[in-house]
Amino acid sequence: MTTVEEKAGSGGGRVSKEGLRGFFREMLLIRRFEEKVEERFRAGELPGFLHVAIGQEAVASGVCAALEREDVIASTHRAHGHSIAKGTPIERIMAELYGKVEGCSHGYGGSMHLYDVEVGNLGANAVVAGGIPGIVGAALAFQMRGEQRVAVAFFGDGATNAGTFHESMNLAQLWKVPAIFVLENNGWAESTPAKQHLPLPVDELGKRALAYGMKLIEADGQDVEAVYLAALAAREHALSGSGPVLLHLRTYRLVGHYVGDPQVYRDKEEIKKTKATKDPIELLRARLELDEDELASLDAEVMAEVEASVEFAKAGTDPKPEDALANVYAPARKMDRGGLHA
Amino acid sequence: MPELTYREAVRDALSRALREDETVFLMGEDIAEMGGSMAVTQGLLDEFGPKRIRNTPISEMAIVGSGIGAAIQGMRPVVEIMYEDFLTLSMEQLVNQAAKHRTMSGGQVKVPLTIRTQGGAGWSPGAQHAQQLESWFVHVPGLKVVFASTPEDVRGLLWSAIYDDNPVVFFEHRTLYPLKGEVPDELEPIPLGKARVHREGTDVTVVATGRLVHDALTAAEQAEKDGISVEVVDPRTLLPLDEETIVASVKKTNRCVTAHEAVVRGGFGAELAAVIQHAAFDWLDAPIERVGSKFAPLPFAPVMEQYVIPQVEDVLAAIRRTVARA
Ligand SMILES: Cc1ncc(C[n+]2csc(CCOP(=O)(O)OP(=O)(O)O)c2C)c(N)n1
Ligand SMILES: [Mg+2]
Repeated sequence: MTTVEEKAGSGGGRVSKEGLRGFFREMLLIRRFEEKVEERFRAGELPGFLHVAIGQEAVASGVCAALEREDVIASTHRAHGHSIAKGTPIERIMAELYGKVEGCSHGYGGSMHLYDVEVGNLGANAVVAGGIPGIVGAALAFQMRGEQRVAVAFFGDGATNAGTFHESMNLAQLWKVPAIFVLENNGWAESTPAKQHLPLPVDELGKRALAYGMKLIEADGQDVEAVYLAALAAREHALSGSGPVLLHLRTYRLVGHYVGDPQVYRDKEEIKKTKATKDPIELLRARLELDEDELASLDAEVMAEVEASVEFAKAGTDPKPEDALANVYAPARKMDRGGLHA
Repeated sequence: MPELTYREAVRDALSRALREDETVFLMGEDIAEMGGSMAVTQGLLDEFGPKRIRNTPISEMAIVGSGIGAAIQGMRPVVEIMYEDFLTLSMEQLVNQAAKHRTMSGGQVKVPLTIRTQGGAGWSPGAQHAQQLESWFVHVPGLKVVFASTPEDVRGLLWSAIYDDNPVVFFEHRTLYPLKGEVPDELEPIPLGKARVHREGTDVTVVATGRLVHDALTAAEQAEKDGISVEVVDPRTLLPLDEETIVASVKKTNRCVTAHEAVVRGGFGAELAAVIQHAAFDWLDAPIERVGSKFAPLPFAPVMEQYVIPQVEDVLAAIRRTVARA
């Protein structure tokens, strides 16, 4: 993970060329990681249910770069990018997808439940909108203890139709907790297009913040620099005591909802056009004017990391079957009338 | 007799009801163009149009709640909750509203609503996509609860659920969708509250639901090789429960094993055991054995998942334990 300083550079908050190259590398890493995941899944090596975020890399990268290590995130079913960008080494994510003890959730979670509490990843959720209220609570804890930390929930456009989302927005604003609600608006909820699930135009989804009197910040989710700067502003606002932020990022899902989704519900021309015009990695590559050689050597570097993660994962340890019962409850603590003893 | 898969059988009941009855309509996430996440409603949009095959936002509370309202107004909605794990998001409407309007109104209203959902483990989705929560609903007066295990049953029972004047929570098991079976040419409604004896036997009764019906049948064949004669009964409707058939079977065999994929503790097997021991205490020759998942949220890694969920061998071992107590 490249740090904020490396990416930010100097000069009016705009990101330096070096900073942008850092973003490029991370986004490429996420892309190649997820392509590898698709490939290994199709080869029958990965169990379970997988969702990749191909096309949405700039959101994960830009937002997480604006966060400090002690800030926390909650992710969704589409969790690989968020987890990588928040700082979990890819081999630990790959090992999780292979169900190994070395995985970031020790083989208990899987793709939809990537956790890494040490780097501030409080967990990915397979229940749409399921992680949002917990982020309000995390932010409340930071506020109560006077810590300069923010709590960040990632979720999609589809999730904004869940009661969980609305209750969380209301409560967060009411108590002005330092939370950032990152609305990753790709215009689809599984097979359902925005026009079938939203009563307002897809690009105006940020308006939902107004109902709660919440600060709204919007950016082009395909432009990593814009995302990063917007996220920095959101963090500053959240920490200022003026309350949470809805960070609305318009983005695009370039592939199916889940790995193997034939997308029967989606117009083939639209997919083609979106891929050709909205790929955040292509857009950044053009902007950085990376030539073929530079790109090839960067790609080779990134691919080597990805391949190494697969090797690491395959060489990992299988859990013992009976370990299934090992983490159901936290161990009992000693107690007496005087209270708890650690 | 035609052969249908369990999936096709569900679809067949839905299409026939939609065709015959203008008040029947479907609501749920991704049920239209995509045909549902389990492909059950495929093709229905083309035949019945978007007014009656309604894609909804991700709003489980409102899906069930609006189904309740429409049902009270004379429609027969069939709503789909994509995974039964997400029924938890609609609990308030199900438990406090759907189940209680009839009583609270002193009999003025009825709620002919069907809530179809599916679940089941064995494909490593992790802890939030494969729970078996049917027993929760058996605790709620006012609801009916169905869990079908064969193509024939799922079709006939779904029909009865749709035409029942009460809210019915209708469980399908994910791993059964591809299962093929013969169904009658004409759709025969199967009354709610009627168990099915799948196999007759004399030494022990296995009362099983969902996927475990098939595991129990396999276990029964294996036990037969050792000279143990196993009767397999599927209640099919958990609420109301066909106590008569189940108790009669146990009075004949004098032993009983309950089997479901849900965790054992507080599972439907506990209710069955209570009913049976009370009605057939003097007939029992062995403690009732309960087979189900071990008490843990489903872990992701396949070895751990398989360890948690019950297998044929678990049913067989339970059968052996009961007959060992001669
Ligand atoms: C409560 C709940 N309902 C339904 C689902 C099934 N489901 C998984 S992802 C998804 C679509 C989510 O759309 P969105 O929030 O926009 O996220 P995206 O997939 O576009 O990233 C649905 C319906 C679920 N996981 N949880
Ligand atoms: Mg979306």
